Amino acid sequence: MESTGIVEKLREKFPDDVLDSYEHLGQNAVLVKRDHILDVCRFLRDECSMNHIMCLCGVDNSKRKGIFSERFEVVYQLYSIAEKHMLRLRAQVPEDDCSIESITSLWIGADWLERECHDLMGIHFDNHSDLRRILTPDDWEGHPLRKEYPLRGDRDYTGYEELKEKSRELSKFDFYDNQSRTSGHE
Amino acid sequence: MEQMNNSGLVKIKDGVKFIPGASALVGPLNMIINWGRTGSIWPATFGLACCAIEMMVAGASTNDLDRFGVIFRASPRQADCLILAGTITKKMAPVIRRVYDQMPEPRYVLAMGSCACSGGVFDTYAVAQGGDEFLPVDVYIPGCPPRPEALLDGLIKLQEKINREQGRWSQLA
Repeated sequence: MESTGIVEKLREKFPDDVLDSYEHLGQNAVLVKRDHILDVCRFLRDECSMNHIMCLCGVDNSKRKGIFSERFEVVYQLYSIAEKHMLRLRAQVPEDDCSIESITSLWIGADWLERECHDLMGIHFDNHSDLRRILTPDDWEGHPLRKEYPLRGDRDYTGYEELKEKSRELSKFDFYDNQSRTSGHE
Repeated sequence: MEQMNNSGLVKIKDGVKFIPGASALVGPLNMIINWGRTGSIWPATFGLACCAIEMMVAGASTNDLDRFGVIFRASPRQADCLILAGTITKKMAPVIRRVYDQMPEPRYVLAMGSCACSGGVFDTYAVAQGGDEFLPVDVYIPGCPPRPEALLDGLIKLQEKINREQGRWSQLA
């Protein structure tokens, strides 16, 4: 992909926010600070015709090789439908204050993507109108995609334990095989 | 069915006979009821993951579950059988239990595929390790996903199991 000049424009407009940029396999990526992410995104949308957000996800950098500056990051994959060019924005989010400004005011489609990121990675999106969990149950504890989260979970999910208990309780209402006096379900 | 010698009775299965012209069945009540139940296993239309696609194929014309009296019902209240067709997540599990609780007795559960039997490859925080953790499963069908023939075999196994039942028409007396 030929250079689109967007990275240069971004560097010129936000010299303090752009930390690094690189191109890999024809894909442009920019590392930015999280502080002015809304302004950066608004600039890209309005001045660089990036009118579509393809993807938004969280990344836990704690076992990462390569360039990054904070433990977490939120990755925005932006696309221009008119110009057909793409840009990856990697906003660095520190562990001790795990939050970033929501971009739902720019792209309403980012709503559920931010909820997913909040749910699985535990990154808080400020000024998001409805930041509930989206994939795990509402009363889930922990954020499963963080690196320290064990594959089988760090505790039993209480909702599921309650269900198993309830299921044992309800089994007395099942029909029984009355002549062999065993449960119909063997 | 086959014509019986001399008596004029029609054999429906071992121990159950039909009297032509009289609209009557002769046989032990238990066997007549089991015969009725095996011929009308109606599963709830309920799919969980990719196994559900294979379940739909089993219902379509090539394999044609209707031949066995297996007709998918759109409401659990009209269903006798729950086919757990796919991965059971812990978030979905209470919903499945609720579907089962709405089904009238006698009711049967088929665990279709590795995930419904044991969790399959998904030994993770989000997935229930088998439908039998919260449901009384009658027949386990292995496979990932099982072919329609395997599901058919599972339903026939269920029919065999129903045929072995002895007076299953109440809670424990």
